Amino acid sequence: MINATNVHKFFYTPDKLHALRGVSLSVAPAEVVVIIGPSGSGKSTFLRCLNRLEYADDGAIRIEGRDILDPDCEINEVRAEVGMVFQSFNLFPHLTVLENLTLAQTTVRKRGKAEAEKKGMELLRKVGIAEKHNVYPDQLSGGQQQRVAIARALAMDPKAMLFDEPTSALDPEMVGEVLDVMKNLAREGMTMVVVTHEMGFAREVADRVVFMDQGSILEVGSPDKFFTAPEHERTKLFLSQIL
Amino acid sequence: MTQYRGLDKPKGRSFFLFWKAMFVAAMLALVAFFWVASSSVEYIWRWNRVPQYFWVNEAADVRAEAEGDVTIIDRQGNEQRVVVRDASGEEHTHLLPGEGKVLVSSGDFAYRGDVLGRYQMNRPGILLEGLWVTLEVSVLAIIGGIVIGVVTGLCRISINPMLRWGAIAYIEIIRGSPLLVQIFLWYFVVGTLINALLEHVGLGGISPLWYGVMALALFTGAYVAEIVRAGIQSVHRGQMEAARSLGMSYAQAMRKVILPQAFRRIMPPLAGQFISLIKDSSLLGVIAIRELTKATREVVTTSLQPFELWIVCAVLYLVLTFTLSLFVQYLERRAIR
Repeated sequence: MINATNVHKFFYTPDKLHALRGVSLSVAPAEVVVIIGPSGSGKSTFLRCLNRLEYADDGAIRIEGRDILDPDCEINEVRAEVGMVFQSFNLFPHLTVLENLTLAQTTVRKRGKAEAEKKGMELLRKVGIAEKHNVYPDQLSGGQQQRVAIARALAMDPKAMLFDEPTSALDPEMVGEVLDVMKNLAREGMTMVVVTHEMGFAREVADRVVFMDQGSILEVGSPDKFFTAPEHERTKLFLSQIL
Repeated sequence: MTQYRGLDKPKGRSFFLFWKAMFVAAMLALVAFFWVASSSVEYIWRWNRVPQYFWVNEAADVRAEAEGDVTIIDRQGNEQRVVVRDASGEEHTHLLPGEGKVLVSSGDFAYRGDVLGRYQMNRPGILLEGLWVTLEVSVLAIIGGIVIGVVTGLCRISINPMLRWGAIAYIEIIRGSPLLVQIFLWYFVVGTLINALLEHVGLGGISPLWYGVMALALFTGAYVAEIVRAGIQSVHRGQMEAARSLGMSYAQAMRKVILPQAFRRIMPPLAGQFISLIKDSSLLGVIAIRELTKATREVVTTSLQPFELWIVCAVLYLVLTFTLSLFVQYLERRAIR
């Protein structure tokens, strides 16, 4: 499904920063991979490379066999198949909740308005805010906004979903409602790559946990093994700091 | 957004009452100053002479087009008909409005040019015509300015060097030279060349009005471009990322997500720019476009009533700009999000 090999990424801000130092990761269909690590470890950068919001400088990234680092790649077609959820929601503030869900359906998927709205309402019911379909995003709480953002990505019928710290900007009491939506999604067999600090979620839902530090993957393992018997010293230190 | 008042000691009611009264007093003092000043130069105010420049009501004559006998005088619907038959037997029909007065009777002999009837004619005066020209030029230039400004603004942030440098060059050249000079260049240089070319291929020339509109539109476009660019860049980059992550193309994301948000933010500076444009249109008098200022100048030279007429002129501009200002405020309130 998702195949990244030896991905390198540099930032020039203005000093040269080697943000990803040869990251390789394969994600199978219906698999849930959770990436954890300290801030600045490159986990978000890696996730953003997977749908080319950041253009990786070296290596290969294949989504369903399509090489997205090929300049001739129809990246918009690939992105339509890979949903993304952001830390800061990034809902479109000038559109109602339902319009947020229908915009890409009508412009990218070329669906009719009625079909798009039907699909949109279906997904809003699924994430539990169908009654708010006519309000604007700034009238919703953070948790509700993030659930709308998830529904917006799902409206494209993506084959995989990328989550970039989806609960980090939320008040603590709203984290649960968003994680519940994500758990349901995982249970339904969605392929997911999740960058998060929610260890409970990782332990409960992940098929594999990936630990990144300083631009490299240090350790990959099943949640059981990862949280109870980490191999790497750096992993142990990190886990002792956050648990 | 209203100003946040919590930072200082709360002000009592008397504070606001006092300063409101002070405002009224200041305005009255200003009016009194003008009153005293104009009395001291012994200027004779003749406001009653102003309306004639807005609306003309004058007598118009209907004159015979041929020499011969008046054969028929009758009413046809809303009009009166006077028919003159000439020596060869051909009938010439003259029409005048129903409320007009016919001055000949049947059987009279009329020479060519004789007055057959007279009626009162109403038409807009020179000031109203000038106001209309100003409005027309301004609206056309605003539309042109928006189109040029949005396109240039988008070019300004393009990664294509030709588009970007082209936009920068255009903006800097236009912003760096006086509008009056640009109007002269448009009319006397570009206009001469284009009209000569058109004549060469057998087409009529373009009227000064259009050169004026072009000069104003290009001038405004440069400023609008910078406003649009700032507006686009003020939209959080997460919006573009979210739109692109859904598979939308750059153009789709720009049109459906970024520009609608940018436009709401740039409404106030755009309004300021367009108010400027309405006032700048007063410079077009120099290329023989009789807009409001030139019309006023002409009337002043014939009427010798500069005080009244320049005040009227200023008020008319105020009416235009204030209307635009209210319209933009209305748009802003409607698009509050």
